Amino acid sequence: MSVAETKAEKLDGWNRPPAMEPEGEGELLEIAMGPHHPSTHGVFRMDVTLDGERVMRLKPVFGYLHRNHEKIAEGAAYLASMPYTDRLDYFCSLSNNWAYALAVEKLVGQQVPERAQYIRVILAELTRIQNHAASIGFLIQEMGASGTPLMYAFRQREKIVDLFESLTGSRMMCNYMRFGGCRVDVSAAWLESARTVVAGLPAFVDEFEALLTTNEILMARCQGVGVLKADLAVNASVTGPLLRASGVNYDIRKVDRYGIYDRFKFRVPLGDHGDVYDRYMVRVLEMRESIRILEQALPAIPAGPIMDPKAKLRGFRPKPGEAYGRIEAPKGELGFYLISDGSPNPYRYRVRPPSLINLTILEDMCLGQNVADVVLIFGSVDIVLGEVDR
Amino acid sequence: MLGEGILKGMAETAKNFAGSFVSEDRLTTVEYPEQRIPTFENARVFPFLVYDGSDWAAGMRCVACQICEKECPPKCIYIEKSQDKKPDFVGKPQFYPARFDIDVSVCMSCQICVEVCPFEAIKMDTEFELATDNRFGGLLLDREELAKSNEYYHRIHPTEADEVDARLNSEKAAAEAKAKAAAQAAAAKSADAAKPSPAKPAPSTGGED
Amino acid sequence: MKSVEEIKTAIEAAVPGAGVEFVSNPSPSAQHSLRLAPDRAVEIARFLRDDPELALDFCSNVTGIDWLDKEFSEKVKVKRTVTKTIDGVEQPVEETVEETRKRVEPGYLEAVYHLYSVAKGHGPVVIRMRTGNRSDRVELPSLTPIWRGAEFQEREVFDLYGIVFKGHPDLRRLLMWDGFKDHPMRKDYVEPDDYEYEPTPHDAVLKRAQAHKAMAGK
Repeated sequence: MSVAETKAEKLDGWNRPPAMEPEGEGELLEIAMGPHHPSTHGVFRMDVTLDGERVMRLKPVFGYLHRNHEKIAEGAAYLASMPYTDRLDYFCSLSNNWAYALAVEKLVGQQVPERAQYIRVILAELTRIQNHAASIGFLIQEMGASGTPLMYAFRQREKIVDLFESLTGSRMMCNYMRFGGCRVDVSAAWLESARTVVAGLPAFVDEFEALLTTNEILMARCQGVGVLKADLAVNASVTGPLLRASGVNYDIRKVDRYGIYDRFKFRVPLGDHGDVYDRYMVRVLEMRESIRILEQALPAIPAGPIMDPKAKLRGFRPKPGEAYGRIEAPKGELGFYLISDGSPNPYRYRVRPPSLINLTILEDMCLGQNVADVVLIFGSVDIVLGEVDR
Repeated sequence: MLGEGILKGMAETAKNFAGSFVSEDRLTTVEYPEQRIPTFENARVFPFLVYDGSDWAAGMRCVACQICEKECPPKCIYIEKSQDKKPDFVGKPQFYPARFDIDVSVCMSCQICVEVCPFEAIKMDTEFELATDNRFGGLLLDREELAKSNEYYHRIHPTEADEVDARLNSEKAAAEAKAKAAAQAAAAKSADAAKPSPAKPAPSTGGED
Repeated sequence: MKSVEEIKTAIEAAVPGAGVEFVSNPSPSAQHSLRLAPDRAVEIARFLRDDPELALDFCSNVTGIDWLDKEFSEKVKVKRTVTKTIDGVEQPVEETVEETRKRVEPGYLEAVYHLYSVAKGHGPVVIRMRTGNRSDRVELPSLTPIWRGAEFQEREVFDLYGIVFKGHPDLRRLLMWDGFKDHPMRKDYVEPDDYEYEPTPHDAVLKRAQAHKAMAGK
């Protein structure tokens, strides 16, 4: 009847990946990629059905790293879950801290001082840069460029991780943010070294791009591979660079304006085709935008307290109620859903893991592709198994 | 031209290869264990217990309040409170831990014990070479193994230790001043009691009586 | 964006007879939610997605909650006939006695969906559904046909809470293995006694480890 209705029908039909018809007479081959496959970044299995080289069916199998993080958190006090959030997406512990702190702050209606807001933005953007650099490095490594781009990414990441260590005491398991602020204050010397690192970042991205962006092998392998259509991406709750590479303008930093992101000028890079190359490009451009945010945030950081004076470290008991808080983590929308019943432990603690939900359409992206490209498509989703399996 | 991108990338790797011989910035790895990168002042590995003075048992700051045991997320701390009391740094009698174990195979270095400790007794160490051939007993540290002197604390976290010392000294000074004032008041009171001065009007309402 | 009450009115106008209930959230986040009757939920969800004004095309978060049986004890005044000895003679006397009565509100499982709109940039709209009880009436309609993003999350809820989503295209366990019994996120879940010995020399862990070792020795 109307256009809207046909669109709705199309959306309804998307609850399954399309069925594939085998070509030719040959038998189908079922293989298990993983759990110990070098490309799976941990323990993850894909049961792939192949017709020759073509992927006919792909079923991801999860749970090898499942430790029931949510159950552990429901048995612990609110603060005691903070170090556990570091271990979800262990590449981006500071983003995880922020998401959890944000959800709890929503639950109790806490305000965060200016200085702490700036520190959070600076750390979250540094996290985004190091995550994107490393994830591109891994993607290229899976394509066969064993090491070089990954080592360049890690060399730069090392500097950022050193910044984290000198501030929070740990390179990856930072456990830095608290409800209503941050744990330790940044010193002038730290800000100075952060400025030095940020000043070196544009040169690094330039070098990285010179190495990769116009590389013919990379283009041949990535362009037109693993295409994800925009409306399917939205319908399947895909978030982060994966969604924006499909051309959907949805960045929670812009939509929710959590923290103080409305004060900074930055653009949201969008892809055109939704293929692996676009995802690579969106990540590179996001690094550049993050550098822009850092260049604005570092000089503007005000003096003042870093903790809400009303915040309590011990004996924290939110009033009954519930809250869902979410941030734009480097991998996508990271949300925490908390229900309090007035006791020191959350009654319900739920993590919305971007890595897991972005894998919903892994099969759709891989169908009809070559088996060698599965590795590439999977790498371009950018997951961490600590977050997928929780 | 086909291959231009590859050549551009090759130029970049060549630059890095040559640069790694001259630029520290391009070669960041070191040959551990011969070479070491100094740890950061804020670095944290596993907790230790601070003691003052030279005798760890006498100078232990921990008063076995068991807050860290309760707040520890993975529950790696085990404390048994003593039966008797010993004087703490201000001279006030306090309990001490008869047993204080930290299982470092369970500890996740989150530092929450340090944050919640009201007595500045537990701090984070920077020692990371803890390999042992005994998986169970070797990684279960008792209070003697955990006790480290305040000097050691100053050596690994100088800024933080100075702050802590300043805070403790001011607390001690306040306690001493209070004790002194109390002693003086007591002395004055006993003097008053011995020699009641008729010039001083007696309080109209008997608050003390 | 429309307020939750306005959305409720819109749903009732579009889906006649939809049992939608407003659930208030007392926390400062003020994320109030709508409780849908399971039998009309798919219809309502389709309306929420396709309505041009709401356009909730993005189902961000799906999760389960386990609400145990709630026991209330209340004091009731009851009249009772008691036999008492008055003046040496036993006779029935009527007395008012306070009695504590226990009332049990049956528990249920709940599925919660957080919806956003990518097209309009608003949200969240929180919808929830309840099962009949926690044991045998645990079926809810699946919203995966409306939002594909619910696919893995509903599987996870099925796995960890045991809510059976009718109409889900591929309802299998997600995180636990296929032969696993029970649902670990339920509040009354009892951990199996099959873990490795932990060196921690104290606590319940040690007691259970010792018990386990003793059992294993027999």
